[in-house]
Amino acid sequence: MPITIYEARSILTMNPSRPRATHVAVRDGTVLGTGTLDELGGWGAHTLDRRFADKVLMPGFVEGHSHIMEGTLWRFVYVGYHDRMDPNGKLWPGARSIEAVIERLQQQERLLTDPAQPLVGWGFDPIYFGSRRCTRQDLDRVSQTRPITIAHASLHILNVNSAALKLADWLRPGIEHPGILLGTDGLPTGELRGPEAMTPVANRTGFDRTIMAGDEQGLRAFAKLCVRKGVTTATDLASPLPESALPMMLSVTGDDQFPTRIVPLLRLLAHPVPDTIERSVKLQAASTDRLRLGRIKIVADGSIQGFSARLRAPGYYNGAANGLWYTAPEQIRQAYELALAAGLQIHTHTNGDEATEMALDCMEHALARHPARDHRFTLQHCQLADTAQYRRIRALGLCVNLFANHHFYWGDQHYATTVGPERAERMNACRTALTHGVPLAIHSDAPVTPLDPLFTAWCAVNRLTASGRTLGEHERIEPEQALHAITLGPAYTLKLDGEIGSIETGKRADFAVLEADPLQVDPRTLKDVPVWGVVQGGRVFEAATL
Amino acid sequence: MTPAFAAQIPATIIGGYLGAGKTTLINRLLRQADGERIAVLVNDFGDIDIDADLIEARDEDLISIAGGCVCCSFGNDLLDALTRVIAMQPAPQRILIETSGVALPRAIARTLTLMRGVTTDAVIVVADAQSLRERAADRYVGDTVLSQLREADLVLLGKTDLAEPAAIAGLRTWLAEVAPQAVCIEMQHGRIERALLLADRVGFDRPAANRSLASPRPSALASAKGAISPASSHLATTLFASLSVRFAQPVRIDEITEVLTDPAMGVARAKGLLSATDGTRWLVQQVGRRVETRALDKPTENEPGRLVVIGVRAQLEVAALDARLARLGAMRG
Repeated sequence: MPITIYEARSILTMNPSRPRATHVAVRDGTVLGTGTLDELGGWGAHTLDRRFADKVLMPGFVEGHSHIMEGTLWRFVYVGYHDRMDPNGKLWPGARSIEAVIERLQQQERLLTDPAQPLVGWGFDPIYFGSRRCTRQDLDRVSQTRPITIAHASLHILNVNSAALKLADWLRPGIEHPGILLGTDGLPTGELRGPEAMTPVANRTGFDRTIMAGDEQGLRAFAKLCVRKGVTTATDLASPLPESALPMMLSVTGDDQFPTRIVPLLRLLAHPVPDTIERSVKLQAASTDRLRLGRIKIVADGSIQGFSARLRAPGYYNGAANGLWYTAPEQIRQAYELALAAGLQIHTHTNGDEATEMALDCMEHALARHPARDHRFTLQHCQLADTAQYRRIRALGLCVNLFANHHFYWGDQHYATTVGPERAERMNACRTALTHGVPLAIHSDAPVTPLDPLFTAWCAVNRLTASGRTLGEHERIEPEQALHAITLGPAYTLKLDGEIGSIETGKRADFAVLEADPLQVDPRTLKDVPVWGVVQGGRVFEAATL
Repeated sequence: MTPAFAAQIPATIIGGYLGAGKTTLINRLLRQADGERIAVLVNDFGDIDIDADLIEARDEDLISIAGGCVCCSFGNDLLDALTRVIAMQPAPQRILIETSGVALPRAIARTLTLMRGVTTDAVIVVADAQSLRERAADRYVGDTVLSQLREADLVLLGKTDLAEPAAIAGLRTWLAEVAPQAVCIEMQHGRIERALLLADRVGFDRPAANRSLASPRPSALASAKGAISPASSHLATTLFASLSVRFAQPVRIDEITEVLTDPAMGVARAKGLLSATDGTRWLVQQVGRRVETRALDKPTENEPGRLVVIGVRAQLEVAALDARLARLGAMRG
């Protein structure tokens, strides 16, 4: 097997016994070691590759909570407020007004030749447009006849035009549903909130649920985004993982030019819990290097900005009623017990602190019956946990993967409306987690926010909101800690820390190739460090030539 | 019956917390289908365990059940599943929708309002008499359980035979406080009469209909609480009672519904075709304490009105009802 030794301006290894190096030797996709050229020469005959001589190498970033849908959505028109890069590297400028959104859709509409083909936009974020709502009349200006749909950034609201409403037979008086907004004329305005109201239209206008699951095109686009952002391992959290999709996923990820390790988690739905456990055991056995199967995700509650997260007293700052359980505590307890017994791992979405408390109770119960020393069950989002809960999290051996990006995108709303100033300032309490020895990862939940671990690290370091407020000075963490939380941290939550997350002997040759040193730049510009591409399993992928 | 009404397939929403007995109830109702084509919709096949002997065939998203019934999973798109079910040939005559254990059943009812051709008949919440109070006090799911009860037209109490009568009485008092809009019906040794739960085709406009409440069975005609025109199948005479009246003169609809929804009367269901004093004609349907009145386009019969009322035998105050309705112009028969 040939040996390649890469020379770099600096290698930030995340291996504390050898934190910095100038060279890394790779054989058969595995790191032989880091050090000087002299030290590594001892491995034998090699090729010296100097293409990274002016670059900085880090362990490939690990996105511990994302969705393949981030790749799928790019077949639609991006109409978000913030600039965002597509899988092909094109930067889509933010659409800063409803007028700009309409104009962009009009441009794209003119490119379509089939008059029946629906047009879909995504990433729409009208919280930046004051009280002005988008209406069907706005979207009718894009087309009177073609169905036009735009999905909000949260993916929980759609705006559609008249043609789309007609497809669902909803452009009529007499519609009464809290998820369907009505205008003064008694007809739907075209704004559809929540799955009950969205799905019947979405399924007829090209924005259907198969998108959520991801397809080959989406998976390939997702992987391109990963390369552009330095990600070498990414989760799909979670997927229904239909049997029919498995051969596709195995074949696409098995392609020797596929640049990403994908970790799909199987979502626990209403199946009897033992069936899901059994299926996970089978899936685990089908894993390959680039498709890691056999983990389970449970969704306990909803979202904070949608007021569907379960909060403990004193509840929502604006007085909204408590949110909804998405999975019954009994099922969660049973799943934890069975998974501990089977040696499977479960990641649980808990947004509200009541959901977190419930998950902790279930874990305590399950561990009493099935003691497990290294389960690494992980609370995903876990946005509102307080210090006492972090102490319990530590005691029960759980990890957290916090939603650091939330501060930037919704922090101002959390402060003003959802949870109020005090809890907004301690949301996603990275420092508290570390202080209490809780293994920490941070995430984007892409496509809810963009896939970009350096941006996520910047969020955890600076805790700035979109309006510029520092939301919770006390919970800011150091750049080194934030970089850990996008590499070894998430690798640990996936039990992959023996293989990835640092650059050291015996681990996979997964590198993020950067144009600047993230520990040398001003921490306020951490998000601006350019990414050249990645090395994944010893294979080099340059973003510019994808 | 107006065409608009005839075209609606009644849908019954069956909610209740995990383990309350929703699936048991559905299996029972399928066994009592008696030739009616029922479509059962569940979130996921994992939610329901259709008795194996009822299953004729199954594929990925459809189970065929003896007697022309089917069971479909709807996942996240109830309306799509309903559209498929309604398009079946022959179309189902009734739809049962089983919700997940933490779902709020009125959300399903709201979704049904978006669909033409289907109408919510009733929200039934199934509860386990032994664990209900404990569940309702649970720190995590207590409010969910209470919300489910508050959204019910009928609360169906199961496993009552395992509890002391005094405990059941206490439970009923508590239910009347936390869910005053609901009528509580006990299953007795797991038995339940479908006429209490499902809107049967009440006999006044189709006197000869099969399985209707206008069964001619003599034993039913002369039952203890004075039911005149009750109903359907084998269990009827022991579990429930009914009252059937006519009106020779137009009535005030609000006066009639006031009597029917008086908790003291114990009415579980009622259905009437009534002429109002202003000359309009109304279809009145009641389940639990929820009444829906619908103006009919045109008079369909010469007689001013008919009304059928049913309830649990031990609760339906037939004599008192009869007397109060008589004061509003009702006559037996």
